[in-house]
Amino acid sequence: MRLWIFLPLLAICVESAAEALFSKDEIRELRKQWLLPAPTLHPRHKQLSKLGKKLFFDTDLSIDKSTSCASCHIPELGWSDGKSTAQGLDGAPLKRATPSIINTAYSKVLMWDGRADSLEQQALMPFFDPLEMGLNEKLLVAKVASNQEYSALFAQAFGDSAIDSARISSALAEFQRSITASNTRFDRWLKGDESALNNEELLGFKLFIDPQKAACAVCHHPPNFTDDGFHNIGLSNQHLEDPGRYRFTPISLMKSAFKTPSLRLATRTAPYFHDGSAKTLLEVVEHYQKVGAKEHNFSPSLLPVNLNKEEKEKLLAFLNSLE
Amino acid sequence: MKFFITAILALLSMSTSVMAAEHVIGQKNKAFTKKSITIKKGDSIKFPNQDPFFHNVYSMSESKSFDLGSYAKGVSKSVKFDKQGEVIVQCAIHPFMKLKVKVE
Ligand SMILES: [Cu+2]
Repeated sequence: MRLWIFLPLLAICVESAAEALFSKDEIRELRKQWLLPAPTLHPRHKQLSKLGKKLFFDTDLSIDKSTSCASCHIPELGWSDGKSTAQGLDGAPLKRATPSIINTAYSKVLMWDGRADSLEQQALMPFFDPLEMGLNEKLLVAKVASNQEYSALFAQAFGDSAIDSARISSALAEFQRSITASNTRFDRWLKGDESALNNEELLGFKLFIDPQKAACAVCHHPPNFTDDGFHNIGLSNQHLEDPGRYRFTPISLMKSAFKTPSLRLATRTAPYFHDGSAKTLLEVVEHYQKVGAKEHNFSPSLLPVNLNKEEKEKLLAFLNSLE
Repeated sequence: MKFFITAILALLSMSTSVMAAEHVIGQKNKAFTKKSITIKKGDSIKFPNQDPFFHNVYSMSESKSFDLGSYAKGVSKSVKFDKQGEVIVQCAIHPFMKLKVKVE
């Protein structure tokens, strides 16, 4: 008899704990905001992507046959390279970190400084950079043409086996559109799997979107955790003197401003920031707690963050659920 | 007589200031509320930010270059277009936000 009274009480307690975090209506609204739509793909996506994959992993497509796209965009390392700044041919130091290609299918601008408007435009840039792959258009096309295996793949993708740089870039772009992350634990929670996130992670998400608390979502916007925008986040080690977006938009707000990276699977893409100066996600969070408007050309979008130790742990727990 | 001329001059200046229109184009959901607009020389456009985050308004066009800086929700700034021509207005933070202004 006693147990019989007790159980419904317990059920009410558990339910109200979950209810207190997000109401059903709030979850419905969050789902609308944060779930990624299916990416827009080319009608011949499958064939293009198959060709693009081979091109992406082909080290022959560099001046000394040492380097492919995948030399820096390594699948096992979140399609980045684990280095603070990238290395080019013969270990030549490049000035920025390798950005991950995960969910670039949704990007409106590409590269840390946004110098490419589309994956198609971006895809050829590393081939033609003398420090990265060291080719020119003629060499790239000749190298692809010299490999018999490509002939059939081009024919499947384009209807005939002619090879040119526009076809190469569209195949590479289409392959990159297949590198998506849209079913993280957070996404599964949005879709209705209540067990996908625990309370600590949900509290972390609350902090993430709360404009009075961590306010991460001000820039790491739904649904792709990025506003496709450019911000100077006040990194102190700007000994690199990197003008960032300012090179393309010469107004002071853009001095040393860089693109907001997406966050799904960010757990795999350490180190962080355009200069790779944060080794862990905790260091990222602590950076935003330390910096302030006093920094030169500091983005006005970044509000002061003041989280205690427990709150930081919750926020990190949420970031780790984007996996 | 003197009074009469002054009155006419005052009326004239009033009428020109009335003729110059102010158009309103918001910044909402990371886009300008219009993609293009045709205005008259001397008109101005007011840009209210309706998003809960910062936007910027600038142009590097030949006939009109300006930078309104960045501002938060609820704030608006305006620009007068005093030369004929085509002006591309953008947000520096979100470069895909574009507005084409045709000044006649
Ligand atoms: Cu904007």
